[in-house]
Amino acid sequence: MKKEIEELINGFKDKLPIKLLDEVREHLPANVTKTKATAIINKLFELHENAMINPGESVGLVSAESIGEPGTQMTLNTKHFGGVAEMNVTMGLPRIIEILDARKEIKTPTMEIYLRSPHNKVESVKKFAAEIKETSVADVVTEFALNVLDQSLTLHVNKELLENLNIQLGDMTSLLKKKIKTFTVEDDGIKIILTYKGKGDEIKEVHNLKAKVRKIKIKGVKGITQVLPVKRGDEYIVLTAGSNLKDILPMGNVDSAKTITNDINEIYAVLGIEAVRQAIIEEVYKVIEAQGLNINIRHIMLAADIMTVGGLVRGITRYGVVSEKASVLARASFETPDKHIINAALSGEEDYLQSVVENVMLNQPVPLGTGLPGLVTKMK
Amino acid sequence: MEHVHKKVQKISFGVFSPRHMVDLAAAKIVTPELYDREGYPVDGGLMDIRLGVIDPGLKCKTCGGKLKECAGHFGYIELARPIVHIKFVRQVLDLLRSTCKFCSRILMEDGPGIKNILEKLDKVEHEEGLDQRRKQVKELIIKKSKTKSKCPHCQKKQAVVKLEKPYSFYEDDVKISPIEVRARLEKISDEDAAILGFNPKKIRPEWTVLTILQIPPVTMRPSITLESGERSEDDLTHKLGDVVRINQRLFENINAGAPEIIIEDLWDLLQYHITTYFDNSVAQLPPARHRGGQMLKTLIDRIKSKEGRIRHNLAGKRTNFSARTVISPDPMIDLNEVGVPLRIAMNLTVPEQVTAWNKAYLKKFLENGPKKYPGANYVIRSDGRRKSITEETKEEIIEEFEEGFFVERHLLNGDIAIFNRQPSLHRMSMMAHKVRILPGKTLRLNPAVCHPYNADFDGDEMNLHVPQTEEARAEAEILMLVQTQLISPRYGLSVVGCIHDGISGNYLLTKYLKIPRQEVISILFNAGVTDFTRLPKKENLTGQEIFSMVLPEDFNFKGKDKSGDEVVIEKGMLKKGVMDKANLGQESGLLLRNIFEKYGEAYTAALINRISRLGVQVATRNGFSVNISDMDVNEKTLRTIEEELAAAKKNVFDLIQQYKNSELKALPGRTLEETLEVNILTLLNQVRNSTGNAVIAEEKITTTLMMARSGSRGNVLNISQMSAIVGQQSLRGARIGEGFQQRSLPFFSRGDLGAHARGFIANNFRVGLNPAEFYFGAMLGRDSLMDTALRTPKSGYLYRRLSNAMQDLKVEYDYTVRDANKRIVQFRYGEDGLDVSKTENGIINVKKVIEEMAE
Repeated sequence: MKKEIEELINGFKDKLPIKLLDEVREHLPANVTKTKATAIINKLFELHENAMINPGESVGLVSAESIGEPGTQMTLNTKHFGGVAEMNVTMGLPRIIEILDARKEIKTPTMEIYLRSPHNKVESVKKFAAEIKETSVADVVTEFALNVLDQSLTLHVNKELLENLNIQLGDMTSLLKKKIKTFTVEDDGIKIILTYKGKGDEIKEVHNLKAKVRKIKIKGVKGITQVLPVKRGDEYIVLTAGSNLKDILPMGNVDSAKTITNDINEIYAVLGIEAVRQAIIEEVYKVIEAQGLNINIRHIMLAADIMTVGGLVRGITRYGVVSEKASVLARASFETPDKHIINAALSGEEDYLQSVVENVMLNQPVPLGTGLPGLVTKMK
Repeated sequence: MEHVHKKVQKISFGVFSPRHMVDLAAAKIVTPELYDREGYPVDGGLMDIRLGVIDPGLKCKTCGGKLKECAGHFGYIELARPIVHIKFVRQVLDLLRSTCKFCSRILMEDGPGIKNILEKLDKVEHEEGLDQRRKQVKELIIKKSKTKSKCPHCQKKQAVVKLEKPYSFYEDDVKISPIEVRARLEKISDEDAAILGFNPKKIRPEWTVLTILQIPPVTMRPSITLESGERSEDDLTHKLGDVVRINQRLFENINAGAPEIIIEDLWDLLQYHITTYFDNSVAQLPPARHRGGQMLKTLIDRIKSKEGRIRHNLAGKRTNFSARTVISPDPMIDLNEVGVPLRIAMNLTVPEQVTAWNKAYLKKFLENGPKKYPGANYVIRSDGRRKSITEETKEEIIEEFEEGFFVERHLLNGDIAIFNRQPSLHRMSMMAHKVRILPGKTLRLNPAVCHPYNADFDGDEMNLHVPQTEEARAEAEILMLVQTQLISPRYGLSVVGCIHDGISGNYLLTKYLKIPRQEVISILFNAGVTDFTRLPKKENLTGQEIFSMVLPEDFNFKGKDKSGDEVVIEKGMLKKGVMDKANLGQESGLLLRNIFEKYGEAYTAALINRISRLGVQVATRNGFSVNISDMDVNEKTLRTIEEELAAAKKNVFDLIQQYKNSELKALPGRTLEETLEVNILTLLNQVRNSTGNAVIAEEKITTTLMMARSGSRGNVLNISQMSAIVGQQSLRGARIGEGFQQRSLPFFSRGDLGAHARGFIANNFRVGLNPAEFYFGAMLGRDSLMDTALRTPKSGYLYRRLSNAMQDLKVEYDYTVRDANKRIVQFRYGEDGLDVSKTENGIINVKKVIEEMAE
């Protein structure tokens, strides 16, 4: 590229976005004259200026409409089978509601676990998947035999399963020893026998033990109930049902830069507020794309921003975003008006009528768009 | 009509003190009687005319105003014993628990501890709002002080205060009477109250226990006269009547020195009545009912919920000067126009101020009167009095007619009106149109604007509003006119485009037709083209040449049609390609988007209308109808379909055999049964596709196919279902399962896993379905009905929440996005400050600009 044209483009560095200027550099023909280039960049500058949003534009409502209106076209209860036979994931309207509510318990938590380069081949990924899948005692034991007379519990272990999981019976025994204090734990190579240490003839103890033993985790990561190695592009990744970002991320071969979960609150706890904002945008956008709808990303960004401005994740509910509003009347017009009015009375709140509904209630111009500018004039 | 507009600066919330209530009151209510024998309101009764009037003849004793002039005045009742206000019970409990029983100081030591807490609270309020502060007060002060067993100030032992729901307080199983409660609250200092979240400037803690009950004005609870002449009182009056009656009884009993039990009982009853007067749905109380058993609607019910005062009357308002009726299409009116029936035009009016320049013009409307179009219905005189124009008053009004009057004249062609269809989900659901008076009784709209309104003509009704001031009209015309709303702010493409015949006709024209010159001129003229100088001088013209006539002369365009073939327009001539949905339709319309950018909104609106009309004209003249034979297939295709079906049947059978012989291999993460189902489902869906493709592959040109190909209506799947096979019916991604024991319907034998037994429809719609197939089809239909019915309220609620949460976000003059507290939400709208509706989906197309300029 000629020097003078490069200078010309650089001259607009503060006036146009860098990305736009990069595109100009890419697409501008090599033999372009300076006058022509000037004309082009001036035209772009004019286009950019004209495309700027107007001050006073009620962008919030436009975004709310843009997300809310296609909601009627979304399907309910679509479980999505992305690819050949991937996991079940909530999609469609219920998922959008789930994200925007910032629910603590989501219906189908899943993770996409990426492994670092030499480990992202079929074999090691499969091994890793088996490694993280949560296995409890109940999964490997074929029979729980309760002996009331000696107050003991015998676990008949499926050896084949254990071998598949690469666990020794002895390891399992020592693990149980650690977890259970009131019983002696022994194994005879085939089965594990637990006997009550104390005296007494409390049958209850043994009974409770059975329930307790069943749930003891012998392998894997808590919460990961299902694993599925899948090919993504050139590499293999692990899809999981159940999510546990906190324990997975620090694991040796996990690529912590790419591994993600779809649980918004978990992302907040592990990665912080900026990550949540991005996660909300991406998760919502994923659903919208899958439904074949077209919503500009700006609208979703604004929704994600309003949920995360305070540094906490707040759902778009009466307890979340709406409860933070300054205006009593705006809060009252949403839900539970009596509660808001009474609390306002007790703390002697004042409503300065700076947002929309209060002014609608009072038949006053709303401070948005054409209602925003004020004129001052001298009366005769 | 000159007003001085005052703006309310702020609204302050607080609790009335007993003193304030008495001072504010116009009357003290002492008797439960409402009217005397003549039906005149009793003095000191609940309908006392000092509280305002609801009878047309009477005058208010307080202000002298008549009905509608006097807004009413409050009264009061002096309660015989204090009553706990039900809505403050929680707060009273907190106060009792966190203050000393004896010295009424807060149960916390003075000093830095409390100071730290207050600082923390202020920080929370600043960062997270008052609501969070309230929660923190509970957490940090009340929870801690209620467990203290000794007062740090007077060192006396504290008892545990309990709330017996709904409104009795107990301390170590001894009831604390409201008198005692009030006495304790009175002793709390302002400073301590402030720590506990009360604003001492506006509320004293003891005011939460009532000694005076405020009586709302009569105008707030008007009685209605039934047809029989009987009076029916408002629910509030009923409830207040109970309160006054019991209160008087209590007074009498106390004065007469009645036994404690009777007084206690009456006191409790009074507490019940006052509680239900405020809120008739308190959890532990039986709600007060009418004789019929219907629940009384008391104060909280009036405010609450969708039908309550706030959402029904304050946030949403009724309008005058509006009309509603059935809509129908009219492709011959402009995109910006709405067809209004004469009947409606003579009822809706526009006020016009009389000046020296339009006096003669407006006089004509007066002369016509209300019954002759174009006339006028009312005049507003200079003194602001409104007069109805009738045959009798006409002469008189014309005589006194002068400058400064307003004439409410009938709606005329070219007036601005706002057109709306519910549900109003986005801003394009309310757009301004120019009025066009038409015969008939329906509102008419151009079919191209159906999409933004989401309207069709199967009985839809729409609303029309006529703005009444110059400011409103100007704003509507500049900001809301249809042409200004062409590009959706949701995705930056045109929401308005040709539909149905508008697309079919142009597709037919540009792909197949050749029309003699004479007829071409007739068609184009009807489509709104008047300049024929560009028309090639030939006897027969191709469709592309004809279509080019509606395009602007200097327009260049390169794009793709629906099937991906190239479309080229050079200097306003369609050189290559056909016109279909991809270029003319809504939500795609790249052609339209380009024209919008280059020629502006008014031109685009006119162009859409021209193209649309051209399509309709062509379709009308050429004929465009559907025949049952459109769905016929030839011998060869029929054989292919039969072969495909037979093969599928065999494959399904094989799969089932494999499964039964345990030869099937399970897919990862699936059971054998699931694997079988998935395999069969994919197989059968393939059959539908391949048979459908066989039908499409026939080189037959039918209108049905043309509609699917041009994208004007229907798709290829619809056609293959009509002429090949309907295919597998699947519910939630699986074949139809067992509704009966081990079978889907009693037509089949138990355990049948075959295609037909699990919802495969091998017939097509032309041949017809057999009963079992019909059932399966109906199951799917029912499922989709349910889905719609369940989805609508869910998405409606989501939308309501979103709009409530985000409605006060706006772009400030410094291009930041802020909420009503001026808190920055985004430093630049959408990170780059670009408006979606002014760009191509938020992107400035650099490449296109360079290509255009650099040639």
